Amino acid sequence: MRAILAFVHRAASVARRVIGAPDYEQYLVHVAQRHPECVPLSRAEFSRDALARRYDRPGSRCC
Amino acid sequence: MSTSVVPARPGLRVVAALGWLLVALAGAGALGVLALHRGENVSAAWLLVAALCTYAIGYRFYGAFIAAKVFALDDARATPSERLNDGRDFVPTNRWIVFGHHFAAIAGPGPLVGPTLAAQFGYLPGVLWIVIGVVLGGAVQDMVVLCASLRRDGKSLGQMAKEEIGPVAGFTALVAVLGIMVVLIAVLGLVVVNALKSSPWGTVTIGLTIPIAMLMGLYMRWLRPGRVLEASAIGLVLLVVALYAGRWVAEQPALAAAFTLSGKTLAILIMAYGFAASVLPVWMLLAPRDYLSAFVKIGVVLALAVGILVALPPLQMPALTRFTDGTGPVFAGALFPFAFITIACGAISGFHALIASGTTPKLLERERDARMIGYGAMIMESFVAVMALIAACALTPGVYFAINAPVAALGPTAQTAAEAIGKWGFVVTPAELEALARQVGETSLLSRTGGAPSLAVGMAHLFSRTLGGSAAMALWYHFAIMFEALFILTTLDAGTRVGRFMLQDLGRHVWPSFGRSSWTPAVVLSSAMIVAMWGHFLWQGVIDPLGGINSLWPLFGIANQLLAAVALCVATTVIIKMGKARYAWTTLLPLAWLIIVTMSAGAAKLFSPQPRLGFLAHARVLQAARAAGTLPPGVRSAGDLTQMIANDYLDAAVAAFFLVSVIVIFADSAREWWAVVSGAKAARSSEVPFQPRAFAAGD
Repeated sequence: MRAILAFVHRAASVARRVIGAPDYEQYLVHVAQRHPECVPLSRAEFSRDALARRYDRPGSRCC
Repeated sequence: MSTSVVPARPGLRVVAALGWLLVALAGAGALGVLALHRGENVSAAWLLVAALCTYAIGYRFYGAFIAAKVFALDDARATPSERLNDGRDFVPTNRWIVFGHHFAAIAGPGPLVGPTLAAQFGYLPGVLWIVIGVVLGGAVQDMVVLCASLRRDGKSLGQMAKEEIGPVAGFTALVAVLGIMVVLIAVLGLVVVNALKSSPWGTVTIGLTIPIAMLMGLYMRWLRPGRVLEASAIGLVLLVVALYAGRWVAEQPALAAAFTLSGKTLAILIMAYGFAASVLPVWMLLAPRDYLSAFVKIGVVLALAVGILVALPPLQMPALTRFTDGTGPVFAGALFPFAFITIACGAISGFHALIASGTTPKLLERERDARMIGYGAMIMESFVAVMALIAACALTPGVYFAINAPVAALGPTAQTAAEAIGKWGFVVTPAELEALARQVGETSLLSRTGGAPSLAVGMAHLFSRTLGGSAAMALWYHFAIMFEALFILTTLDAGTRVGRFMLQDLGRHVWPSFGRSSWTPAVVLSSAMIVAMWGHFLWQGVIDPLGGINSLWPLFGIANQLLAAVALCVATTVIIKMGKARYAWTTLLPLAWLIIVTMSAGAAKLFSPQPRLGFLAHARVLQAARAAGTLPPGVRSAGDLTQMIANDYLDAAVAAFFLVSVIVIFADSAREWWAVVSGAKAARSSEVPFQPRAFAAGD
């Protein structure tokens, strides 16, 4: 059961990153590893921030 | 797939060499069959074998050569994602995920539309250019730009043009990119207009994707913040509902009439949509559409591959048609150079250089992944182009030309269309055309130029053969239209927004407040300006009796190839400054070809004495008509006539601007190359110096 759940989580993470959606879990891991002294953004704050970064400059889309 | 898997034992080495020899022979054999076959219809299987074998050889040998010799990619060298890891933009990512992400970003409607239009020359020119062009040109460009950016902290193409070549080239590249964006959005908008014109089913289905996206946006913003996959699942289910809702509306006479829209109305609606997408916050419309379209895109590309593999349809189109001489109705111009302009994406696409120097280099975990991502993903896109070509050539030529030739060539009814097509030497009866239209749930398929409808008919044929039978034709047709329109509109809205930022960035030098991306008046003004720019070209295409695709698609092709030329100039400069001038031929070869092609196509569009080809000659014919007080066929009013004359001059000016841009950037680059090669300037690479990679867990 736990293995199935882990698999679903991994598949979801892959799907999110392929379509270029922000991956909050990944970000939490990053903050915990690299900046343990910082308080990570909340999920909602993180999503907002990620959207602004993705769309506010050229180079993310093609013909 | 990397070079390290070459077996060390001599026995296995011989086996591997023999295996690759077989692949090469199979590919060459299939190409030979395609080239020499006459008479009976040839199976699409030959086309697939030729393409796949050429890709395999190109990836295994040429891709590996560029990785090992030109850039000396080194897995021990830290990539930007490791050195600058911030958990957001710079994130070390598994190469298969980066591959999927990069492919979803580069693949758009381009590789579907171009090959469909180029099928008017027959299948052979298209397949040769797609397959050879990608191996020696497109995939090289994507990979080299990716490598260059990877070694420069993920810098953008524009920044590299400025730093490697000089400020003149950098500025020209910036303005050229904006111009290309405008033409691209207009031509894509026109494809959607032509697909939805007088089609209540299509209009309702596509229209519903907008509230669906907004619903997803609200869900992700307020109900379940950041839950992209849940929202996407809801969105995908609702898309299917929208497909059936469209059919239901089309079956109610009163409602159907309300949603039967003219080209002009649709053009205005699309402009309003582009403006809204640029002004509204991204979470509301742009982002949810983007996610939805990425899923649909990957799903449909896989489905198309399965459909073609299962059906292996015979190619009804001959290897070469009589239209190679430039008299074709779909677009004007002879095989050379126009086949190479019409098919841009799929063979070589300058736009990819923006992606390869955008998000992707910030994600690569290891340097050597650049071959799989840069070279490999472009091969995938090329394969999509091959599939689109198969879908178009699997239609009988009569049907293909009935859908893709403009009203001016076919006349208004199935009767006149069948007669016109008969004169070109292809057989189709009015009854066949009417039956096909009924089968896909439309009143008429005549002159639905732009490539999307004929691809949709081709896909509906393929899919209904495997799933659902002919009863499902109408659903599959509208599914295909929905899928194409969905990701065309995603390019259109994101492009409008990006164009707005570029405009603001340029404008802030003149008026600082204009550059503030969060100041509402500047946002509204710059959005309106960019929509007005592409809207003008879209409108021009809608009122053009030749269908608009005729003049706009070549302009887009020239623009896209121009951007590729810019990217290859930058790449060549990078390679020469790296001290690898002896390998500069890898980028100079496609660059030389592109310059020959864009220059001859541009010159033809400007100066050809034939009015159907040259913008200026066309303007002169219209002026003569105006002076004589007559209206040329298909032109509705004197006002339209005056506007068409102005449009011809505008198109000519845009083409001239693109050509001058190429010359400026090429001259600036060549000066730099000469300085380095002659020794006047030291070959100094601007790469970030080598830093060893910290091997993380899982290596």
